[in-house]
Amino acid sequence: MKIHKYDTVIVGAGGAGMRAAIEATKRSRTAVLTKLYPTRSHTGAAQGGMAAALANVEEDNWEWHTFDTVKGGDYLVDQDAAEILAKEAIDAVLDLEKMGLPFNRTPDGTIDQRRFGGHTRNHGEAAVRRSCYAADRTGHMILQTLYQNCVKEGVEFFNEFYVLDQIIVEVDGVKKSAGVVAYELATGEIHIFQAKSVIYASGGTGKFFKVTSNAHTLTGDGQAACYRRGIPLEDMEFFQFHPTGIWRMGILLTEGARGEGGILRNKDGERFMEKYAPVMKDLASRDVVSRSIYTEIREGRGCGPEGDHVYLDLTHLPPEQLDAKLPDITEFARTYLGIEPYTDPIPIQPTAHYAMGGIPTNVEGEVLADNTTVVPGLYAAGEVACVSVHGANRLGTNSLLDINVFGKRAGIAAAEYAAKNDFVELPENAEELVVSQVERLRDATGSERVAELRKELQETMDANVMVFRTEQTIKTAVEKIAELRERYLNVSIQDKGKRFNTDLLEAIELGNLLDLAEVMAQSALARKESRGGHYREDYPNRDDVNFMRHTMAYREVGDDGTETIRLDYKPVVQTRYQPMERKY
Amino acid sequence: MATPTLEKEDAKPEAGFADSPYITITLRVRRFNPEVSADATWEDFELEIDPKERVLDALHKVKWDMDGTLTFRRSCAHGICGSDAMRINGKNRLACKTLIKDINPGKPITVEPIKGLTVLKDLVVDMDPFFQAYRDVMPFLVTKGNEPTRERLQSAEDRERFDDTTKCILCAACTSSCPVFWNDGQYFGPAAIVNAHRFIFDSRDEAGEQRLEILNDKDGVWRCRTTFNCTDACPRGIEVTKAIQEVKRALITRRF
Repeated sequence: MKIHKYDTVIVGAGGAGMRAAIEATKRSRTAVLTKLYPTRSHTGAAQGGMAAALANVEEDNWEWHTFDTVKGGDYLVDQDAAEILAKEAIDAVLDLEKMGLPFNRTPDGTIDQRRFGGHTRNHGEAAVRRSCYAADRTGHMILQTLYQNCVKEGVEFFNEFYVLDQIIVEVDGVKKSAGVVAYELATGEIHIFQAKSVIYASGGTGKFFKVTSNAHTLTGDGQAACYRRGIPLEDMEFFQFHPTGIWRMGILLTEGARGEGGILRNKDGERFMEKYAPVMKDLASRDVVSRSIYTEIREGRGCGPEGDHVYLDLTHLPPEQLDAKLPDITEFARTYLGIEPYTDPIPIQPTAHYAMGGIPTNVEGEVLADNTTVVPGLYAAGEVACVSVHGANRLGTNSLLDINVFGKRAGIAAAEYAAKNDFVELPENAEELVVSQVERLRDATGSERVAELRKELQETMDANVMVFRTEQTIKTAVEKIAELRERYLNVSIQDKGKRFNTDLLEAIELGNLLDLAEVMAQSALARKESRGGHYREDYPNRDDVNFMRHTMAYREVGDDGTETIRLDYKPVVQTRYQPMERKY
Repeated sequence: MATPTLEKEDAKPEAGFADSPYITITLRVRRFNPEVSADATWEDFELEIDPKERVLDALHKVKWDMDGTLTFRRSCAHGICGSDAMRINGKNRLACKTLIKDINPGKPITVEPIKGLTVLKDLVVDMDPFFQAYRDVMPFLVTKGNEPTRERLQSAEDRERFDDTTKCILCAACTSSCPVFWNDGQYFGPAAIVNAHRFIFDSRDEAGEQRLEILNDKDGVWRCRTTFNCTDACPRGIEVTKAIQEVKRALITRRF
């Protein structure tokens, strides 16, 4: 075992982690621990753009953007945070341009902007061009640009280091962060990183679903590490299903395709979104479009022999426009479906895409131990966190924005905290939990297989807690997850070695997914209303009287070692906007 | 009624179509684990698969259902993250962008680690020298003087000039397909030159001369023998050899 000491440790090297690292490295001795090489992070898969009211191509302002974000989140958004997001968006985009990001340009040479779902002029009048983009590779360009600037700033990376535990120590009655415990994939060695500040930026949890746009590696590792150490998880029932994933595979086809004029059609060729969202049509918010697609499918208007998908039609757009604006997604259709998007519509279905919930933070990125108490030295930003700027449903292009705005804020805040505070003394045997977890899995001889349990988890999540939910389906999922957690204790792996043991890694990741799936299902069961991405057929309306509040899920361990989830609630911050009925 | 689920009783197809016939393939994988043996060996795995699935799906079937010790890197599974470059039937490709039906599945499909980088275990190679070469070419925008308050202006034509080389995902398929790189690991390799190109031809950048001098080195662009292996290997369709030629020309003319 090795012990390292840094002022600031960042867990994860996607957009939020690297944006934080650029700031933190300038101000403090910083290490970035990442289970993937930084450029492998899933920020690179984001396509459509990053929202900012630059007003380069038409009138726009940050107040309209704030409103759209609040409305898009079905009023569960903390409005003070949304205002920061929309205001700081403009500098966040300009920062990236100055770092070298190759945005598409207008004829005047400024950054070009295009339409995206839920982004409107003057509080819903019509779609507005707010998304700054680089073809359909905006996430790729952001990831590359941030990595380039990390190289420029000399950021220190520990690649393929997998953080398995968050060290929290109580000092004079206050819970503080003391560092993290990591597993080095190449050698199997355990490392303790003692740090004054720790920032989690480890991304989402999408792999508990089967049809998902998420990478294999998005297994909620940061959420799980914090949750097991008593940090609550906020709004975990809110998960976004992106309307246009490639049928059955779930690979993302950007909303920018509809921003460029693409149309969703059912088996009769009907542009069905006109029925559900007369003003915004195909560019209504994602939760609305995904529900509309499944309504079409359930009412027998789905496409294909089994009627289980609809079409994304780009055939009316000029091939030059597709080549210039949507080169990657048209190539995906050719590669994976053998379809030519110039002439044929693309079969799509909603795909599990984004966790609105996560580790609760305030607007400085400081992690909360309850509704108000900050955990000194602990920060989170990006998809792993819940600020909450996305509320019950995130608008497209607001996640690339979130990682830049709150990644930067967390990086600055963490480094400044490190400058003013001392190391917290490490507890004895800080590595104990990780060592026992790794040894148990390596030595286990049980009969259960990781891949089988993961498959069953993904199937129950897709069947029971996806776009439509009821008390009955959620209870089915809760029972199944409990069964899988029980069986997980009897899991064994085949690779007993120390070197690059990805068999072991997948077993640990499955443990994280099971913990988080349980939190999600329990949170969903208790929310007896429909709001944003959480749609309950047995409670189809939003209930502001009882549920205009964030869910806070705590792990509780009884004296006999039994684990339970305690649900509590946190008020929503409302400033300018009173909740209204949500129409597009 | 719950969400219409797309699950069939037979949950095999991860991709493709329900009526697809399954075929039996042989995956012939280069195995190496220094914890077990100092020698690399070939191992055959026979499995059933929908031919419209990816080589990555086949590797997952082996790892998840047959042999958990099989080791490879992967993440996004659709050709964006660059984790799973490997040598498939003798050609460098991404396992997640290569469909079984396209690689002659009637015969054994060979899968090996990419060449020229030290193999650490099975299909996992040491990527550090590759990223070091990338870091050495100053892969970041350099500008002088005061920053403007708004964005720097750039015409659509100037933006288009370096578009091709912005697509690089640093998967190393090009560099590890280059015979010069196999013979001499000191050569910067195609990927590093592609990333230098991306900035040399960016109208906003002011360090082109410095990058050209770095690539004028004995291990720089002049080592390229124009075999086009890199262009053939690039999963992003970047015209890698052309980019290298443009850097060579810029070194001679000092115009870029």
